[in-house]
Amino acid sequence: MTSSTGTPTGSLARSVQFLQRRHRFHWAEIIPWILAIAVFYLLPGYRLLATQILVMILFALSLDLIVGYAGIISLGHTAFFGTGAYITALMASNDIPDPILGLIAAAAGAAVLGLVSGWVLLRTTGLTLLVLTMAVTIMLQELANDFDEITGGFDGINFTNSEILGLIELDQLWYSSSYIYVLVVLFFGFLTIRTIVYAPFGRMLIGIRENTQRMSAIGTPVHQRQVSVYIISAAIAGIAGALWVQVQGNVTTEVYTFELSGEVLIMLILGGTGRLYGAFLGATVYKILESTTEQVLGTDEPYWQFAIGIVLILTVLFARRGLFGIFEDIVKKFKGASKGEVQ
Amino acid sequence: MIEPILETRGLDKNFGALNVARNINFALAPGARHAIIGPNGAGKTTLINLLTGVLKPSAGSVYLGTNDITKMAEHQRVKHGIARTFQINTLFMGLSVIDNLNLAISERMGNATGILRPAGNYSEVMEEAGRILSTLKLDNDALTEIHELPYGRQRLVEIAIALALDPKVLLLDEPAAGVPSAESHIILDAVDSLPKDIAVLIIEHDMDVVFRFAERITVLVRGAILAEGDPDEIAADKEVQAVYLGESAHV
Repeated sequence: MTSSTGTPTGSLARSVQFLQRRHRFHWAEIIPWILAIAVFYLLPGYRLLATQILVMILFALSLDLIVGYAGIISLGHTAFFGTGAYITALMASNDIPDPILGLIAAAAGAAVLGLVSGWVLLRTTGLTLLVLTMAVTIMLQELANDFDEITGGFDGINFTNSEILGLIELDQLWYSSSYIYVLVVLFFGFLTIRTIVYAPFGRMLIGIRENTQRMSAIGTPVHQRQVSVYIISAAIAGIAGALWVQVQGNVTTEVYTFELSGEVLIMLILGGTGRLYGAFLGATVYKILESTTEQVLGTDEPYWQFAIGIVLILTVLFARRGLFGIFEDIVKKFKGASKGEVQ
Repeated sequence: MIEPILETRGLDKNFGALNVARNINFALAPGARHAIIGPNGAGKTTLINLLTGVLKPSAGSVYLGTNDITKMAEHQRVKHGIARTFQINTLFMGLSVIDNLNLAISERMGNATGILRPAGNYSEVMEEAGRILSTLKLDNDALTEIHELPYGRQRLVEIAIALALDPKVLLLDEPAAGVPSAESHIILDAVDSLPKDIAVLIIEHDMDVVFRFAERITVLVRGAILAEGDPDEIAADKEVQAVYLGESAHV
């Protein structure tokens, strides 16, 4: 396989070998899943918070595909999260309460929205794109508000799910089966994204992020590829939105808020973009910070936002690659300067 | 005369009142070693942008062989065999040299949209990258990220990416621009050893490079072709001397 090496080098062969192994699972990648299971058994009182964290991880992962990998900045990712949420809720309240069907429909609906909005929006870049993504989600929120006969308006929709695969009931009291359900969906969502980013498609996305002009010059139809990743990302965000409301049995226009778009982007930047586990770390730290400051300082809103603000400022100033970037640096120090970094 | 592989007919480009290309009739022969020279602002890079489809002409047409490609988008022209390098490095700065090449090779081989198999398992891509890296003596830098490379070697990666596209026509926009003279031989050697079946069009300011490399020279002045011929004809051309060579002789 590496027969083409010239006489003087093992160097090229070693480089090729590195690329051939880059996508392999590292043993440490099991840690988040062990932690997630440990939380379930050891901290049952925190299952609600932990469930929310798991959903936000999936949401942030979907955002990482476009922001971190393809370099498409968005402040409107709740457009897809919210669409998935409403589709699931509307199905459940209209006699199609199967949660898995709900997820599939949410993904499909969000994907269609991703195709339509992406096709138009992704012809722009930078600030224009940022504002347009925002505008789409605000528009959808207005629509959800105005068509209150369908969406329940401000009060939203309450609904009940049927059993998963006709067997397991989603409990909204102790979050036991709900937690496992969300964890399993996150696991498959993560595997999908991980597979994509290590495949040539994912490498191609990084190319677009690094230099759009050169990508065109090597024959890449950039707009078309941006739209395809936007669709994939939208579908996964739609699934996250569906999970969010399925475990609560309730949806309100909150799922379309621009604030939530901002929050998930902050989680991602906090954890580190373009590195998968940044989403895990960012969503977890953000949510824990949010709930502890609420408990410690009281529920006056400004305080916890103040705390998040400080952490974010510190991250952006001193750790441009996010918390996971710091983690990578520490690991490197311990190992001594060896191998290239995870990307 | 041999059928040209790349040809323009009556090519015009205006930005408002500014004519950056005026009635350009230009032909590149298969396997040619052709240089375009001209003072700053003559429209050399504009011509490359018109040939590659970055710019659309205001009038006239571009032919690849017998196909009219005037309306074809940049990325489609690449798939038909037109590759270019950039005057200012246009690389994937945060990626390693071999990752830079693999992007181009994957795109050419048509597997850039694969989402199931890991990129590292495409052995045909790896082999091709290894071959090009060895040819350009970049193999020891395979895993070095571009921003860590000296500028001269970055220029070499510019050429490597273009070669990875297996082009029929290669447009080199000042390949040695900005390279310290101590390193410039690396680039010139690479240019000299380009495969003979590729038609190469080079834009260059350095007359030593032009006369060493080119078998045919086109002189561009203010968006129009002033003269064309083999190096001896161009060197002897009084008009060219007045406009261009005289100028550079002062430097």
